[in-house]
Amino acid sequence: MAQTVFAPWDDPQAKPLIQFRNVTKRFGEFTAIENLTQDIYEREFFSLLGPSGCGKTTLMRMLAGFENVTEGQILIAGQDMANVPPNKRAVNMMFQSYALFPHLSVWENIAFGLKREGKPKAEIDARVDEMLRLTRLVKFAKRKPHQISGGQRQRVALARSLAKAPKLLLLDEPLGALDKKLRQDTQFELMDIQEKTGTTFVIVTHDQEEAMTVSSRVAVMDEGRIIQVATPAQIYEAPNCVYVADFIGEVNIIDGVATSDGDGYRIAWAEGQEPFFAKTPNSFSEGQRCHIAIRPEKVAISAERPDDMANAVEGQIIDIAYLGNISTYHVKLTNGQMIKAQAANTRRLSRRSFTWEDRVWLSWTDTAAVVLES
Amino acid sequence: MRRFSWFNATSLTLGFAFLYLPMIILIIYSFNSSRLVTVWAGFSTQWYGALLQNESFLDAAWVTVQVAVASSTIATVLGTMGAYVLVRGGRFMGRTVFSGMIYAPLVMPEVITGLSLLLLFIGIGLDRGIFTIVLAHTTFSMCFVSVVVSSRLVSFDKSLEEAALDLGCTPFDAFRLVTLPIIAPAVISGWLLAFTLSLDDLVIASFTAGPSATTLPIRIFSAVRLGVSPEINALSTIMIAIVTIGVITASIITKRNSLAQQRDEQAAARTA
Repeated sequence: MAQTVFAPWDDPQAKPLIQFRNVTKRFGEFTAIENLTQDIYEREFFSLLGPSGCGKTTLMRMLAGFENVTEGQILIAGQDMANVPPNKRAVNMMFQSYALFPHLSVWENIAFGLKREGKPKAEIDARVDEMLRLTRLVKFAKRKPHQISGGQRQRVALARSLAKAPKLLLLDEPLGALDKKLRQDTQFELMDIQEKTGTTFVIVTHDQEEAMTVSSRVAVMDEGRIIQVATPAQIYEAPNCVYVADFIGEVNIIDGVATSDGDGYRIAWAEGQEPFFAKTPNSFSEGQRCHIAIRPEKVAISAERPDDMANAVEGQIIDIAYLGNISTYHVKLTNGQMIKAQAANTRRLSRRSFTWEDRVWLSWTDTAAVVLES
Repeated sequence: MRRFSWFNATSLTLGFAFLYLPMIILIIYSFNSSRLVTVWAGFSTQWYGALLQNESFLDAAWVTVQVAVASSTIATVLGTMGAYVLVRGGRFMGRTVFSGMIYAPLVMPEVITGLSLLLLFIGIGLDRGIFTIVLAHTTFSMCFVSVVVSSRLVSFDKSLEEAALDLGCTPFDAFRLVTLPIIAPAVISGWLLAFTLSLDDLVIASFTAGPSATTLPIRIFSAVRLGVSPEINALSTIMIAIVTIGVITASIITKRNSLAQQRDEQAAARTA
């Protein structure tokens, strides 16, 4: 039975909910967003990921209406947002600081937006109760924000921004203030709530793990530009440049020169060493400089040279990072290049096969690595 | 436990004596039965009784209260508006000049403020009376309000206002429903500051007061020029008592609130 995959971005018939059209934003001399064009579809969980200062928060604040666009257009549901103030947009935002009103109770905080709409009291009561149940806050309805814990505050902020049933919910580093364990639980809670309410979520984060966990698509940003937009799996497995490969997870980058060979490329990477072989959808001219990007978990480590792998290279273990479930081996190749290889610790520590200064063989298949242009 | 130190005890005594001895003497002599201020002749509360009979003091006190309430209220409204614009207005042409100008009257000699106001009132032909004192007091106390309120606004999380806008408030509603309730303590203390300043102002009031309206400080000052009477001691004691009660009440309320908040936060942390 064919399962329908949620991928409106591959469907040319789908109408995007948000359209950025050649959007540029300048603050004085500084260009925060540069000529950005991007569509976001209904029911998506879209992440803007990047280092601080890459423009991700500016992008979100323009959606909320707190910043004007310098050039270009932002359309939400086909309507140009240029002269629409924040209070007239069917968009709500969850702030990084939560921005809960300290003088109002949890209940009043959630009801705040509904009261501004002038809804009848019974309707407001019902909606707030629904939100309290959704975010498991019923017990805390009468408390003030300073009388509840950080995790509860985060849920109040979420309930308040969802209460008006916005078409689009913006989340600015929503889990930044929570500790790691709580953050992981809350990530799944967010996904659950997003699915239940069918709201489109746009989330800003600098935490790549968070972006990978929750998103339908991730946009990796740098210096006011979107570098790559793809599903978490594609971003991880097929980054389109060294920046993305390096930003998401750990990666080994080997510089080399490509030569076409059959359905792949031979990549010469060091004097007197056998070239690596990799299959790639990207095409390179003869002798073009390129980078091999390979994830540590795709590099196998063994004592003897394996026969069945397309690529094998010898080196010496310099360092071992023991992380409990896995270990990362830092292996130095003969030309001095360091390669990280990960192996699951299926055996107990005392019976581990490799130790410091051992000579080992690293190997990977012809499809394990990604070949990227310089 | 810290050891007793003669040095600390002496400095403490000297310091407090320096601060409070004049007031203590004033209070003691307000209960003197003699008409001579500096000669003790036994305990009596007769001067408090006499005070209540003194129409001119009572009139002046009533004028002072009216002036203080009116001027501090107007100054609070104007000062809060000024502070809001200067903190939230973003960058605009001449912002530094404007914020400098708001604070300048703080250091302006009162004599100059009083004189310039007097010249203005004469120039536009405004009869001097209670109205001109209110105007004059508003002018100099709104700067103080503005300083107090803007220091609160600077530390105010701007995203609270943005959240209010985001949830459908007009900018005015956001101010009324979110900003104002949160900065209320600063606005109230600004009002209290303006009120106190107006209560004890002598210099500016004497420039701008007319024959129809005299404030209590002017009345006291002119009475003292004819010789200190025990009635004035009694009046001053009453004013000290009012101020002391006010200050103690305010600090008890503040202390209680902060204790309650601390308790709540600890409780929240435990149940988390």
